[in-house]
Amino acid sequence: MAPRRLSSGGEVDRDTRLPFRFNGTSYEGFAGDTLASALLANGVDVVASSPIQQRPRGVMTAGIEEPSAFVEITAPTIDVITPATTVELEPGLVAAGRSGIGRLPPNGRPSPRRCEPRNAHVDMLVVGGGIAGLRTAVEAVEAGEDVILVDERSRLGGNPFWSAQESAATERIAKSVARLEESPEAVVLRRATALGLYDDGYVVVHERSLPVERLWHVRARRVVLATGLHERPIPFRDNDRPGVMLASSVVEYLQRFAVLCGQRAVVFTATDSAYAAARALRDAGATVEAIVDVRSDSSAQRGARSDGFNLLSGSTIAGTEGDPSVSAVHVTDGVRRHTFDADLLAVSGGWNPVLQLYRAIGGGLRYDEKSASFAPAGGGPRWLEVQGAAAGEIPSSAPYWFVPDEDLSRHYVDMQRDATVADLIEALGIGFRSAEHVKRYTYIGTAVDQGRTSSVATAEVVNQLLGWDPGAQGPTNSRPPYSPVSFSALAGVATGSLFDPARVTQIHQWHRDHGAVFEDVGQWKRPWYYPHAREDLQAAVKRECLAVRNGAGVMDATTLGKIEVVGPDAPAFLDLMYTNIMSSLRVGSIRYGLMLGLDGMVMDDGVVMRLGEDRFMLTTTTGGAAKVLDHFEEWLQTEWTHLRVYCTSVTEQWTTVAVAGPNARDVVRSLGTDVDLTVEAFPWMTVRAGTVAGVPSRIARVSFSGELAYELNVAGRHGLSLWKAVVEAGRPFDITPYGTETMHVLRAEKGYVIVGQDTDGTVTPHDLGMSWIVSDKKRDFIGRRSLRRPDIRRSERKQLVGLLPHDRDAVVPEGAQIISEDTDALSIPMIGHITSSYRSAILHRSFALALVARGRELYGRTLFASVPGRTFPVTVTEPVFYDPEGARRDG
Amino acid sequence: MLLIPCPWCGPRDEIEFSYGGEAHIAYPAEPDELSDAQWADFLFMRHNPKGDFSERWYHSSGCRRWFNVIRSTVTHEIRAVYRVGEPPPEAGS
Repeated sequence: MAPRRLSSGGEVDRDTRLPFRFNGTSYEGFAGDTLASALLANGVDVVASSPIQQRPRGVMTAGIEEPSAFVEITAPTIDVITPATTVELEPGLVAAGRSGIGRLPPNGRPSPRRCEPRNAHVDMLVVGGGIAGLRTAVEAVEAGEDVILVDERSRLGGNPFWSAQESAATERIAKSVARLEESPEAVVLRRATALGLYDDGYVVVHERSLPVERLWHVRARRVVLATGLHERPIPFRDNDRPGVMLASSVVEYLQRFAVLCGQRAVVFTATDSAYAAARALRDAGATVEAIVDVRSDSSAQRGARSDGFNLLSGSTIAGTEGDPSVSAVHVTDGVRRHTFDADLLAVSGGWNPVLQLYRAIGGGLRYDEKSASFAPAGGGPRWLEVQGAAAGEIPSSAPYWFVPDEDLSRHYVDMQRDATVADLIEALGIGFRSAEHVKRYTYIGTAVDQGRTSSVATAEVVNQLLGWDPGAQGPTNSRPPYSPVSFSALAGVATGSLFDPARVTQIHQWHRDHGAVFEDVGQWKRPWYYPHAREDLQAAVKRECLAVRNGAGVMDATTLGKIEVVGPDAPAFLDLMYTNIMSSLRVGSIRYGLMLGLDGMVMDDGVVMRLGEDRFMLTTTTGGAAKVLDHFEEWLQTEWTHLRVYCTSVTEQWTTVAVAGPNARDVVRSLGTDVDLTVEAFPWMTVRAGTVAGVPSRIARVSFSGELAYELNVAGRHGLSLWKAVVEAGRPFDITPYGTETMHVLRAEKGYVIVGQDTDGTVTPHDLGMSWIVSDKKRDFIGRRSLRRPDIRRSERKQLVGLLPHDRDAVVPEGAQIISEDTDALSIPMIGHITSSYRSAILHRSFALALVARGRELYGRTLFASVPGRTFPVTVTEPVFYDPEGARRDG
Repeated sequence: MLLIPCPWCGPRDEIEFSYGGEAHIAYPAEPDELSDAQWADFLFMRHNPKGDFSERWYHSSGCRRWFNVIRSTVTHEIRAVYRVGEPPPEAGS
């Protein structure tokens, strides 16, 4: 195909030549081109092949509504799939045709695109910089309002097809743009797409600015949609052939880009506007072989006849021929058939208001008979209005939805889905009636363009085939984003370390310096284990476990949630929050507590320390701290507002260093302390204030390992120096830093549950065998009444048990299902699952905790833990494996 | 994203808040006196109207106050906001 660029005219800069590559071939375009206009100018007809049938496809439109010419951009930026009509030509652009389905760049290649978020609050956001949008924005600015106007195109003024028909329009547009740009109250964003409208005037706008893109989060008091119209195609036989284009696009390519899309054209129309295309083509030197109008008569037809056009009224297109692009067009009036040699078929089936954003936020549609299209019917949010053509100033059109034919299998409705009128007939044959159902059966409207040119067509073809009135049902709804947006644009700067905040303790750098492998617990980074040279997880954990059991270990326990509960009613309040009694706790004493949800299920656990008559400090699980504090606030603020209680999160105020093991007392003594550490003066489950290593400290005798343990709490700023002092003082005792994995193993050997690991929101204290912690003396506590519900009292509920694998070396995967017999049967009742499973260094064997139906009745029995490919025989035991008397812990 | 007028802080984005479900469901004074069915009704059953709905919100990333909102479940329009302990405003006010 010969080049189509005219020697003069257009808005392109002929002095700035831009080389680019497409499908491996080098071309040249001008500054101001889109990739589509440059391809057309270079005579490239076939842009891509269709996704399913591999039919050649070319450029059909000049804008975002493009259903056909999709490309992938690989340089200078990356775009997985985008219409060629919206890609501005830039130097070094490399693109290739894509058949409707995008392809991600190779793994690990970071996107070269940079995008930053930006927030704005304005009186008015105007979507669409056409004549109506500009007018609205100028009026608002003149009324003293802050305005943002966004337009997806690189230039304002709307569809040039319309502005070109009004001689004064260009000047008016220029004046409005200048007025806005000189006004400090107005922000004008080009290349900016409103992706979606959300509640209360919240609009997300993607601005494809360079070098940094922006994702605007706009909150506007009023939003005005001046989104204009999209021209619609008409399905006829082989209507997808390159060379078949929308009539207004033909004019836009001529006026903006000086590209004459064909030398010999046929115009096919159901509306008057296409006559302007015929005139523009003729004025530019092309031959208009015929204007084919489906209507029998109109004033435009009479005018065209008198201007010498070959006008065929009441006629349609019977098909196209070409290899691959159009070389002949068949026309019929139902009786006679003409064939025209032509290389361009300009089509207009009328115009649809662009109302996707309006509908997605709840706006209703009405069928407008005059234009055979759907106009706003109100019903959207109060802050939203539609202006201009989209509001209903729609050119008249005949309700003409497809060309009748005995074979409808090449009448394409949705090019990107290769879906035809025949596919719609098949969907109706199956019994579908609603356009929403038909859409899901045919996939029409589900591609990248979300049915911009196909959804009204689909509804109306279906209406017609069913014998319903035009407009009996409207188009399907389309959801945000309005047009494709890359994940890198949505993510913006929130990637890598900025994706989610990481919380670290004051000792974090020491852990890093000493080779800790970290585990994420909520947002916290916790040392998981501290491997020595060439140690793997298993070897390191074995060493750490034995150190704690036989000597001394030290762990950073800072991440445990810490809440201070203060006030004269604090004791009464804690009695309501925990299953056991806290009000009877003596000052200086500690009690373990369990918290339930209203439904009676275990929610969190921790210890409660009484620091004074009206002052408690309690700990929560690392992940549950915020939830517990919220839970307390909810009851205090919404239910028991008379209670004088104040809750404060102090997690990060205190650094907690846990020293555990038979030598723990000696280590703490070596640190230097004024606290009497003898077991008589300072027994298990008490707390003392004093000085440790010269620092004011709160020492708690609590143990999650089952060994003698001291938790040293000091102000955060002393955390690192205390830790270093402990490591130094512990050197003679071979003190070993240990991580969360060792902590998990040690606590499981003792049968201590971890809420969220051994429980899952369906587990009661009774299920855990912890009925001892549920007070029957209190009048009430959260969850108490639920524990009497029939379902909670079922005897066949799952109960916490221990499991000993018969193979002492086999660590059964956590989550493995428990079955009562080893069988090949495909279906067998699953009576439980493994919640924790480890290798115990001190027991020289593997062991597990599990929730098993009627588990406590099954001690001594053999069950089977099953994962795909392997079944482990296990013996059911009590869930305590080490020091059941607690002698070591009591120290 | 809703713009929620916190009675303490003024209008703020929805991401600062947590949702607390239906408002004005008082914790029973004597849970033990309720039948299982009555307790289950308190625990699980909530209204799901098409139209105005009284619900609780918590300004969890702001002032950390609970308050009540009347919101239309059809349009998401917030009709009224009132503090805990205050009576719901009259309909239409």
